[in-house]
Amino acid sequence: MELRLRGVGHGYGGREVLRGIDLDIPAGQIVCIVGPSGCGKSTLLRMMGGLEEPDLGEVLQVGQAPEDCLNPLTYIFQDFALLPWRTVAGNVSLVLEDHEIKGVDASAMIKDVLQRTRLSDFADTLPRQLSGGMKQRVAIARALVVNPAVMLMDEPLSALDSQTRELLMDDLISLWTRTPFTAVYVTHNLAEAVRLGHRIVVLSRRPGEVREVVTLEKPLEARAYGDADLEVKQKHLWELMRAEAAAADAELIGG
Amino acid sequence: MTRRWVGFAVFLVLLLAVEWGTRTGFISPLTLPKPSDVLQTFAELYSSGLLFQHLLPSLSRLAVGAALGASLGIGVGLLMGLFSFIRAGLVPLVAAIFPIPKIALLPLFVIWFGIDEGSKYALIAFGTFTPTVVATYAAVDNVDRTLIRMGQSFGLSWLSIVRKIVLPGAMPGILAGLRISLAIAIILLVAAEMLGAEYGIGAYILEAGSLYDLERLFAGVVILSVLGVLVSAVIGAIEKRVLNWRS
Repeated sequence: MELRLRGVGHGYGGREVLRGIDLDIPAGQIVCIVGPSGCGKSTLLRMMGGLEEPDLGEVLQVGQAPEDCLNPLTYIFQDFALLPWRTVAGNVSLVLEDHEIKGVDASAMIKDVLQRTRLSDFADTLPRQLSGGMKQRVAIARALVVNPAVMLMDEPLSALDSQTRELLMDDLISLWTRTPFTAVYVTHNLAEAVRLGHRIVVLSRRPGEVREVVTLEKPLEARAYGDADLEVKQKHLWELMRAEAAAADAELIGG
Repeated sequence: MTRRWVGFAVFLVLLLAVEWGTRTGFISPLTLPKPSDVLQTFAELYSSGLLFQHLLPSLSRLAVGAALGASLGIGVGLLMGLFSFIRAGLVPLVAAIFPIPKIALLPLFVIWFGIDEGSKYALIAFGTFTPTVVATYAAVDNVDRTLIRMGQSFGLSWLSIVRKIVLPGAMPGILAGLRISLAIAIILLVAAEMLGAEYGIGAYILEAGSLYDLERLFAGVVILSVLGVLVSAVIGAIEKRVLNWRS
């Protein structure tokens, strides 16, 4: 399944947040959206997931979601959003229960997805006992178990320290390499964008418009921390964003 | 472990100080009774069978009244937390009845529900109801919004979100509210029994008070304290079971 955005614009209380966004999210690719703070990245993601209607333009879902897909558009949140009273397995099971998947089927699916995210040993652990990185892996497992057509990731690594972030990026890459998934990945971190993105969409400051779409041909599994060519791309992205970010920053101070 | 005994130690030191004071005459017998005499009175109360004659009606009043008030309170509080329309309608009403001293309404309840058990149940229920409503409603309101949004984004049904996210999330607040509500229930139980009951801890204390029988008065007060500690321990045990996910 693909997502297509056509002329999406939106405002809150007379203040324009997004303007004329045209964007394609092709199947099997990770599209990163970067931009200065307050540029409407998260709003855009909410619209893709259908949590919000754009004032202008439309968000189209093209093609069918896979047959065994339980929740076509699935979010991964910055703050993990795990139920603290449920174990790791219980948190994954939560999203299956409403689809009448229980008992043996459910435990097989949970077992499989925990294995893919290397959480098998922690099935009966409560979230409070887990580190931030582990918590986000549980959230990723919970998203994978519904076999989403598109994963919508809202700064999933922003709450983590930089080492954990590296580890999780490796995890995401190996998950994608094994079974490519479609994802929209919103971040303000350019290093994440050049590691994970097949395409990187740069938004301008408010009102957010697409400034440039950068395509990275290098396969995900070949990318590594500190690759020279990625550094070049990252520098290019930063140059695109620098003036915007500075202006956005000044705007915030000026109210 | 050692912390637990500090509480006992405080009790013990106070009791021993009073015992010493009353024995030496430092505290006059008109001010405080001798703790050992209170204990003896209590033993007599027990052996004469009077203890249960007073305790059982009190306990049943407390159980019926508090159960009615707490369950109604949790129910209404949940509705207020879940539906903004109900909340808008009931918040002013709850704010209006919360500060009313419920004891002042006892004469009214006697007319409405009769002089027997009915008015006592109603008084205790009403007194438990309002703090439970406020605590439950606030607890539901305080459930982490991101968890609810997560449930919605995974397409969970409304009922599932309430059952699996809102209710467990509100549980700590609801239980904390029950602690307060049940203490208030005990206070109102005594008040109701003082105003019109043949048997019951409140009646027993009132009778002892009018005869200036300090030993019996204190024996009654001790029963109330023990009751309070027991109720609190029961809620503590429930919290330990239900909220074991908290550190």
